[in-house]
Amino acid sequence: MSMAQQAAPAVTTPPASGPGKETDGRTQQRPLALRLLARPEIGVFLGAVAVFVFFLVAAPPVRDGSSMANVLYQSSTIGIMALPVALLMIGGEFDLSAGVAVITSALTASMTAYQLSMNVWVGVIVALAVSLAVGLFNGWMLVKTGLPSFLITLGSFLILQGVNLAVTKLVTGNVATDDISTMDGFDQAKALFASSFDVGGVNVKITVVWWLVFAAIATWVLLRTKYGNWIFAVGGNQQSARAVGVPVTFTKISLFMLVGFGAWFVGMHQLFAFNTVQSGEGVGQELIYIAAAVIGGCLLTGGSGSAIGPVFGAFMFGMVQQGIVYAGWNPDWFKAFLGVMLLGATLINLWVSRTAARR
Amino acid sequence: MNSTFRPRPHSRSRRLAPAVAVAAAATLVLAGCSSSSGGKKAEDADSGVSAGRATTPRMTIAMVAHAPAGDTFWDTIRKGAEVAAAKDNVKLIYSSDDAAADQAALVQNAIDQKVDGIAVTLAKPDAMKDVVAKAVKAGIPVVGFNAGMPDWQKQGLLSFFGQDEAVSGEALGTKLNSTGAKHALCVVQVQGAVNLEQRCAGVEKGFKGKTDKLYVNGADMPSVKSTITAKLKQDSSIGQVVTLAAPIALTAAQSVDETGSKAKIATFDLNKELIAAIKDGSIEFAVDQQPYLQGYLAVDSLWLYKNNGNYSGGGEAPILTGPAFVDKSNVDAIGTFAAKGTR
Repeated sequence: MSMAQQAAPAVTTPPASGPGKETDGRTQQRPLALRLLARPEIGVFLGAVAVFVFFLVAAPPVRDGSSMANVLYQSSTIGIMALPVALLMIGGEFDLSAGVAVITSALTASMTAYQLSMNVWVGVIVALAVSLAVGLFNGWMLVKTGLPSFLITLGSFLILQGVNLAVTKLVTGNVATDDISTMDGFDQAKALFASSFDVGGVNVKITVVWWLVFAAIATWVLLRTKYGNWIFAVGGNQQSARAVGVPVTFTKISLFMLVGFGAWFVGMHQLFAFNTVQSGEGVGQELIYIAAAVIGGCLLTGGSGSAIGPVFGAFMFGMVQQGIVYAGWNPDWFKAFLGVMLLGATLINLWVSRTAARR
Repeated sequence: MNSTFRPRPHSRSRRLAPAVAVAAAATLVLAGCSSSSGGKKAEDADSGVSAGRATTPRMTIAMVAHAPAGDTFWDTIRKGAEVAAAKDNVKLIYSSDDAAADQAALVQNAIDQKVDGIAVTLAKPDAMKDVVAKAVKAGIPVVGFNAGMPDWQKQGLLSFFGQDEAVSGEALGTKLNSTGAKHALCVVQVQGAVNLEQRCAGVEKGFKGKTDKLYVNGADMPSVKSTITAKLKQDSSIGQVVTLAAPIALTAAQSVDETGSKAKIATFDLNKELIAAIKDGSIEFAVDQQPYLQGYLAVDSLWLYKNNGNYSGGGEAPILTGPAFVDKSNVDAIGTFAAKGTR
């Protein structure tokens, strides 16, 4: 995958360099190593490698192929959501409703299929529509009101949390959905969203494949398409982006809808992997998605980041979370270990990018 | 033959045609997409039980729990309370907050509303002490349920309905001794929850083998699954997984299946899907603390107190609703109730 283009300020057009200016040092080629280090994802890449090597040494079970498949599974369910969350963040916004939106989608699909006794694919399609609508609502509210995305999506986070519970209770009479695993279409949907396959005796989950496919598409979009440029532009400076003709409204709304799409996909995975969904789940997951994106080099202020960074960010999160268990450390310290490892890895990330910037 | 070329008077049919087409397509789609198995149609649900209705004057009871929203276990408690309320001609105000300070505020809210009785959980007894004392002082009868076994009497509650977490944990642990397990794993889905820790401690006390603990993120099922998978991988000597909630048990069954581990699974608490899992043997047994009964008795006891001056346990002893074991031997009898989501 070629990633020659600098991800950072993609739209701020450099000052016209007249003839003869090539000698003032500004355009001088920097050494390859430094140029690599300056990429937003290289820090997290090194952090992820560090965490990986650490656990290879500290936790013998990690050396087994199936353990790695397990780590990748955990990373993929975070990573699939971290991708659109990262794109949204590059576009200058973030979404606190992403965690419960996953559950909203799963609940919608399950209840639609079950209550109407439909093929589960009907539920899957309806859930997609609902998820995109949630994204549309977030984006539309944002561009219409000009309020910070923190407020808008905190609002929708609470709304969805309440709706998840109330509607589920209203429709099913319980706070969890009914088991749909015996219904028509379940097996096909499971094959798409929650199956697994063997690679050399190691059982790999299909979500890992989807995660990498989505990451490749997101990278291509970000670096090779006009839309990708728009994302950097609206995240960098909305006013100047608008001034040079970037469709800011479209870009922002579509980014929120992309998060909706991610929520749908992960929601479908959860539904078809576990057959039922409790309506109270998902709270707090939004912060993990955002964390994976930030660790992956996306600026909280927007305008900078990559799609490959959050892949390593999610991997790092999954690796640390499962690595602690593989290492058999005292579980009372679990959250503390997790926090320390993440901070440590993020510091490596920061140090690398500072070193690169200093040259 | 000329008629072929004559323009048809189709102003009406033209307007109708698309509508008919859409309706037909929709019917076809709906018919084609309907599921032949499972689903609501297949569920022969009558909703819960009913015991008629009392003619006593209407009274208001506030039930204040510490439950997280959207949890199947707590839903069952609430259903028990609602059925008792319907029977006793009671207006039930249910509220819940898992933060202790907020739960105390909800009790205060009930006092302000001058309710006729309060049923409260004492998951964090110290935080609730002052506000419960206020209610008692205001002359409102208060009963405890689910959590608060060590404190209900001290705080002046009339009765307590629940299980002793440590006792039920110990009962589960003791039962494991007879199943031949040597090494058990206790899976905690909320780190720092007092009652869950008590259960694990109870298991450790009753079980002769070794007990390990594992914390998982209960809000994220994929993470629960991969964490249990990781633990089973890390320690192949684990022969028994103990979970503290039904959905976690069902996920643990998937982990066991995938790792090819020989571990058996036992759990606290029931739900519909768990009944099926006990039937097919993927989960060995469950400890049932009968949450429905806790909700039901808490409300019913306040009604009895108001109308007949009775209080269960005589103010001396708690009323135990568990632990009852559900395994292959009795699962069929209980399963019919659990299918309605009331057991």
